[in-house]
Amino acid sequence: MTAPIIRIKELDKSFGTLRVLDGLSFDVMPGEKLALIGPSGSGKTTILRILMTLETISGGHIEVCGEQLYHMQRNGREVPADAAHLHHMRRHIGMVFQHFNLFPHKSVLDNITLAPMLTKAEPRARAEARAMELLEMVGLADKARAMPSQLSGGQKQRVAIARALALQPRIMLFDEVTSALDPELVEEVLLVMKRLAAETDMTMLLVTHEMGFAHEFADRVLFFDKGRIVEQGPPDQIFRNPEHERTQTFLRKIIAAGHRV
Amino acid sequence: MEWDWNFVAEIMPTLLQGLRLTLLVTLLSAVVAAGLGLAFAILRRSENRLIAAPVGLVIEFIRGTPLLVQLYFIFYVLPDIGIVLPPLAAGVIGMGLHYATYTAEVYRAGIENVPRDQWEAARATNLTPRQTWIHVIVPQAVPPMIPALANYLIAMFKETPLLSAITVLELMNQAKSVANSSYRYIEPMTMVGMFFLAMSLVSVVILRWLEHRFGRLAK
Repeated sequence: MTAPIIRIKELDKSFGTLRVLDGLSFDVMPGEKLALIGPSGSGKTTILRILMTLETISGGHIEVCGEQLYHMQRNGREVPADAAHLHHMRRHIGMVFQHFNLFPHKSVLDNITLAPMLTKAEPRARAEARAMELLEMVGLADKARAMPSQLSGGQKQRVAIARALALQPRIMLFDEVTSALDPELVEEVLLVMKRLAAETDMTMLLVTHEMGFAHEFADRVLFFDKGRIVEQGPPDQIFRNPEHERTQTFLRKIIAAGHRV
Repeated sequence: MEWDWNFVAEIMPTLLQGLRLTLLVTLLSAVVAAGLGLAFAILRRSENRLIAAPVGLVIEFIRGTPLLVQLYFIFYVLPDIGIVLPPLAAGVIGMGLHYATYTAEVYRAGIENVPRDQWEAARATNLTPRQTWIHVIVPQAVPPMIPALANYLIAMFKETPLLSAITVLELMNQAKSVANSSYRYIEPMTMVGMFFLAMSLVSVVILRWLEHRFGRLAK
């Protein structure tokens, strides 16, 4: 039996007096596609941000690829991770943001090659060849020389996916990647993600309000409320047959708001 | 008192020599102010309080005291503890340091204008803090603040006569010396004024262009 690629144990996170994650525990298996759903403020985005080390944690432990993320051993004692350890761990993880966060002063190609050239000392030629492959995959090979400001939201997000993939992480985090897009641009991004999910054995964690997509994409769905997992299971079970009242209420509201399930 | 064109022609070479030094001092001080200001701004943002706090204190101290006093300190007091600087070096250090505390403020605003998104994207692509500054933050922060930086350059240019107090033979000092030896002030001082005015007018045109060019880019 293989070991989980992510192990979250008793994770706490507070912003001031506000408790966002409350003793949260779950594992993710290598290659698993996970959808995190729930009302806003339920802590699902915070989990991704914590895995990307964009936040600090208030308590608990996270193991990624067999190593502690926020802790390390020093002289046989467990101490908080230092900057070097976090840097070392981040190479396992890539993230795509709701608002794309492309580097606006760099061309599409340079957005993708910057990190591999700097953090992995890849020669320009190799980084660019790989970037072109990725652009091909997301259907934007003809935009390599464009600046981000010349792209539509959907195109920007596909570039952002390529940029994250260029570092070849084992885990990809998608944080509401279609929420900032005009409705007609959502589909092109979802298509790229579907292909990615089908063609790679990358582990993927997806925070989304697109229930239809979550249903199709995920192996397992976690429903969050108030910083805890209320219910989890295969998409068919969660979407067709939710056990908990809070899950049912949430899904009813989402459907009422016009989202497909 | 009559305006004497012959006297103007006579002192012109000396004044031009002074102007050359004035421009040189301005340029060198600008380089110091631009570089050191950026360093101040970055250090002041450091998460390490032991770095950020003292740097903040130094900036407030320099900004809170007159440039002339600082120049006297660098040129006349530092030799008492064994640091002897030639007038030009003392002037460049004094002006550069003084204006660095102002440019640091410009940089701070420019850096804070870079959205938090960009820091997070840099971290998510695993750039080190150093790489983040060089490749992501500074290239985005600097262009919008070029007009503000150029403003300080003009201000600095107009303050160079202060350096005559520490024996730098810039324009003002040259004019003073020809005036003192000939007892004619009207021509040398008028010429100094004209030179500064001419340079300032040119600078204003360049500044307008910069604002147009980079102001647009910032949007």
